[in-house]
Amino acid sequence: MLRYVFRRLLTAIPTLFVIVTISFFLIRVAPGGPFNQERGLNPVIKANLERQFGLDQPLWMQYLHYLNNLLHGNFGPSYNLPDFTVAELFKVGLPVSIQVGASALILALIIGTILGVIAALRQNKGADYAVIATATAGSTVPTFVIAPIYQLIFATTLALVPVATWGGGALVNKIGPIVTLALPQIAIVARLMRGSMIEALRSHHIRTARALGLSDWSIIVKHALRGALLPIVSYSGPAAAALLTGSIIVETIFQIPGVGRYFVEAALNRDYTLVMGTVVVIALFTILFNLIVDILYAAVDPRVRYD
Amino acid sequence: MKKSLRSLLLATALVSISYSAAFAEMIYNRGNSADPETLDPHKTSTVYEAHILRDLFSGLVMQDAKADVIPGAAESWKISDDGTVYTFNLRKGATWSNGDPVTADDFVYSFRRLEDPATAAEYASMMYVIKNGQEVNEGKMKPEELAVKAVDANTFEVTLKSPTPYFLEMLTHQANYPVHKASLEKLGAEWIKPGNLVSNGAYTLAEFVPNDHIKLVKNPKFYEADQVKVDTVNYFPTEDRSTAIKRFEAGELDSNDDMPLEQLADLKTKFGDQVHIGPYLGTYYYAVKTDKEPWSNPKLRRAISMAIDRDFIAEKVWGNSMIPGYSMVPPGIAGYEPAIADYAEKSQIDREDEAKKILAELGYGPDKPLKMEIRYNTSENHKNTAVAIQEQLKPLGVEVTMVNTDTKTHYGFLEQKGDYDVARAAWIADYKDPETFLGITRKASGNNYSNYNSPKYEELMDKAAAAGGNPAERSKLLSEAEKVLVDDLGNIPLLYYSYHNLVSPKLKGFEDNVMDVHPTRFISKE
Repeated sequence: MLRYVFRRLLTAIPTLFVIVTISFFLIRVAPGGPFNQERGLNPVIKANLERQFGLDQPLWMQYLHYLNNLLHGNFGPSYNLPDFTVAELFKVGLPVSIQVGASALILALIIGTILGVIAALRQNKGADYAVIATATAGSTVPTFVIAPIYQLIFATTLALVPVATWGGGALVNKIGPIVTLALPQIAIVARLMRGSMIEALRSHHIRTARALGLSDWSIIVKHALRGALLPIVSYSGPAAAALLTGSIIVETIFQIPGVGRYFVEAALNRDYTLVMGTVVVIALFTILFNLIVDILYAAVDPRVRYD
Repeated sequence: MKKSLRSLLLATALVSISYSAAFAEMIYNRGNSADPETLDPHKTSTVYEAHILRDLFSGLVMQDAKADVIPGAAESWKISDDGTVYTFNLRKGATWSNGDPVTADDFVYSFRRLEDPATAAEYASMMYVIKNGQEVNEGKMKPEELAVKAVDANTFEVTLKSPTPYFLEMLTHQANYPVHKASLEKLGAEWIKPGNLVSNGAYTLAEFVPNDHIKLVKNPKFYEADQVKVDTVNYFPTEDRSTAIKRFEAGELDSNDDMPLEQLADLKTKFGDQVHIGPYLGTYYYAVKTDKEPWSNPKLRRAISMAIDRDFIAEKVWGNSMIPGYSMVPPGIAGYEPAIADYAEKSQIDREDEAKKILAELGYGPDKPLKMEIRYNTSENHKNTAVAIQEQLKPLGVEVTMVNTDTKTHYGFLEQKGDYDVARAAWIADYKDPETFLGITRKASGNNYSNYNSPKYEELMDKAAAAGGNPAERSKLLSEAEKVLVDDLGNIPLLYYSYHNLVSPKLKGFEDNVMDVHPTRFISKE
């Protein structure tokens, strides 16, 4: 098992290298640059800026320079936020995004699984229709609608929570972003769970268990649920990578200082180093969570072994 | 026992409430539409930064609540008879937030740093008016050769290339604020971080969490600290304007410098006179490629400009948050009369008729429609403006197409003088002087997106610069230059900007002005 993990981590290195290389050259193809803005700069000043950030060197040299820095754990300065290095921006933003994303994911997994199981057990009955209807609504109503409605009801009208901001990470400030992020995930998990649970309940080993006279509880929890969880496990890998690295919509509407915004803003601002930083972080999260999913697979499904 | 504990707790609570009421900290929660890119005055470029830097630092001169020039770190100054040498007397006893005295050396260091090419200051060009400024910034001279000097610890002297009547106005810009030499030399890039930043303004930097908030606290060492009422000012970046409105409504923000303008009518109904709207020194214009056929013909540019119904755009697209504009310099600069286009007073129908006539004369018509491409940077209102113009020009047989790109692509394209017909651009005043608007259409300006090149305009602008010592004469010459520009349609001015603040009635001293400048030190909160 350990050897497997080690091997997987080793293969991550060339993967990362390819991702970094492609992204580095891709963002440079985009027209305009970090210093183009409404107020045009005179050529002397623009040249001074480009010299300061090494953008006056040939592209291949900039690339080698970047790779060298990256190997030393240096992501470079942000072009558009020169008071901070890319690493500093992530140091502030990543814990925020991880807190919100992880809470939303856990919430979604718990509630989604329970709802999915209930729907499967009450297939084609009232409870099932209620779950399906809610899930469909939950996955179709976009976050940029849910978030303002939440603010309008709970903050502006009822004054139970603040409208926005992180507030140093106070619980009342976090509820909005977490719930908004979790709702669509709950819907997805519930639907996945319902489908796989219905299938599991129809399988041969469950029929055998019923014939052996096992209690309902034992059949559902010990036997059916275990197999039915597999699609949820494989879904939660990429979902975790996406949720933990933040969401620009939720962060902007709730004005919380996560890193989700950088994925979009850095690209729009041609903040090359920040774009590269976000690419590396997302790639690392994706690789890591895929590995975790594969390990969990072995734990859930006895047929899977990594020796 | 339980009862006595409860009463003890109650008593403590009561005491603490009355205590906090008596010594209530005055906190101003201020919405600022974006985070600053930097707090380094010499690297600054945006309006959002200006608000914060104005609170943190004190330049030689500053602006009051009405954006008029007042003494800052310098308590007085003397201008030589030829208008080129400015001698500033610094406040005696004024200190930085760490207690070090503010000296003439600090200003020498700061101006040299601004022009040093290694600093890569975006606003270095503003101080090209100082003798050798441009040469230093271009790397042709050493920063030590910049014509600034410390006559003694409290006397700072600047020599200008030529008389520049708006020099004092320019000095109010945040790029000309001083920095604390000792901490820069000691801390390097870390000098700007909370806890390290030493400033000489009314406030000091306590916290800066990017995309979250910036907390400034009152600087007890500020020279007029006794008149500063707000103890803490929290700047919140409010990129999402709808959220900002809700936060304002819930009392989480005391003011915000922006609002969703498409909802302006509703906001006015809801918030009444908490909505502050008024003219702001900014011009929204279309740059036309004046060196490309057929746009090189001023008659053609005139026909297009005349046919654009600015009243409609200001009202329907911008909800009257913009003002129809017919000159490059917006009104509101004391002592200057903008040169308004001659057709401004004509009715829209008359203008359209004349525009049709011109187009027909030039040979355009149903058989040979004029093709015009409008480029604009991504924004719902820029798009709607272009669409409205497309519709307005259609009856004249002009076929308008549109190209939308993101901001970086748009300005990258304009800077490289790409092939375009008409492109959206805007200019916001850096200082209260017509020169800031007229300078951008000069031949050599990096912002001359029209490639406008008129010998007559250049001559008048040069004459105005030479008349620096005579404000009335200079103003007249600038107005004449603008007349040339406007008649020539070197640009098509469309709208003037307006400021639009949401201000709680609890705030006192938040005075509306054309620069939209509101230093926290003149504000108080009930």
